[in-house]
Amino acid sequence: MNETALKELLYKMADDQLIIGHRNSEWTGMGPLLEEDIAFSSMAQDKVGQSHALYQMLHSLGESEPDTVAFTRNAEQFHNCTLTELPNGEYDFSLIRHFLFDTAEAIRFELLTESSYAPLAQLAKKIQGEIRYHTMHANAWIKQLGSATEESVNRLQTSLEKALPYALGIFEPSPYEQELIAEGIFAGEEVLKEKWISRITEILSQTSLQLPDLSTLKPEFGGRTGQHTEHLQPLVEEMSEVFRIDPGAEW
Amino acid sequence: MQITEEQILEWLDAVKDPEIPVLSLVDLGVITDIDIDDHRVRVTMTPTFVGCPAIDYMKQDITDVLNSYGIDHVDVEVSFEKSWNSNMITDKGRKALKDFGLAPPPKHNLIVDIDILENIECPNCGSTNTVLNTPFGPTACRSIHHCNDCKETFEQFKPV
Repeated sequence: MNETALKELLYKMADDQLIIGHRNSEWTGMGPLLEEDIAFSSMAQDKVGQSHALYQMLHSLGESEPDTVAFTRNAEQFHNCTLTELPNGEYDFSLIRHFLFDTAEAIRFELLTESSYAPLAQLAKKIQGEIRYHTMHANAWIKQLGSATEESVNRLQTSLEKALPYALGIFEPSPYEQELIAEGIFAGEEVLKEKWISRITEILSQTSLQLPDLSTLKPEFGGRTGQHTEHLQPLVEEMSEVFRIDPGAEW
Repeated sequence: MQITEEQILEWLDAVKDPEIPVLSLVDLGVITDIDIDDHRVRVTMTPTFVGCPAIDYMKQDITDVLNSYGIDHVDVEVSFEKSWNSNMITDKGRKALKDFGLAPPPKHNLIVDIDILENIECPNCGSTNTVLNTPFGPTACRSIHHCNDCKETFEQFKPV
């Protein structure tokens, strides 16, 4: 098993879950409806929990403790895609990001249920069942607000166009793409992207929203190699503020 | 005395889900293996949700209960090897949930679709004239529903 390739995959997935989980948690107490407040809070709990399980897997492969990894790195040491770190903006942007990102992660975990690395296949099977509720939530709102009023359609369309280049950054190829595929650890970013395009197209076609020609967009790469937007460092600082006051504290 | 797996399971019936105090971990279906080696007992459990915040409490409760029966060496391992799904809740567990006012999850084919969240039987009046309000509730494992007959809002332990 190519451990370097496996770790690179686990780090980017764990970091994606942690950062999007943190952004989701920023809706706690701020949601436009009580149900949405609870939904984003619940999804935050799921995603941060999933990141913990992935960091734990990295720990079993010789990396540091989950808390150390989560709370003591700086932005340039994170491997999340930049889509996850963008500020929540208004509800329309959060919803579009939730739809685009969660659809991709749902497919990623579906593919990983077939991974040749058994612990990852087992965890993916478990996470897959949880994420289904997240995509169910995203799809329900996209379908509803994507064909509701002129304002809701316009807002979602603007956010969709803003988010798409970053969403394409989810699929930034790993330097170990061929190794991961050859060893059956993961089917690869290209396979994931094709499936993602077909699934988002299927949902968006049931709305008044227009999916631009993706081949004309320039993907926002860089997140996977630590080149982030200016929004990640403040997020990391806020997220780790309590931990850094006393890193040795017993909780 | 020779300790048996049945005996351990009987003792563990006293360990309840901290968020649903009428449901034992055994009936919840999260105890996936018990390994007895002389006076050493290894209990394997699997979380209902990956991010379940109650897992450390459950581990401690298992250790405490078995310690109280004189088993000094207890290891509790958390594993995803046999991962949990809501079909693993026992019939006794389903009844306990219903008596607690929480609708038990419908049995499913492991492909949960939004359809099976609709028309959940109301734990208050038994009507299935109910609607899903939101698939996210006060804990990661619950959804919120409304009964059109008795007009009560109720929670369901959601199918996973």
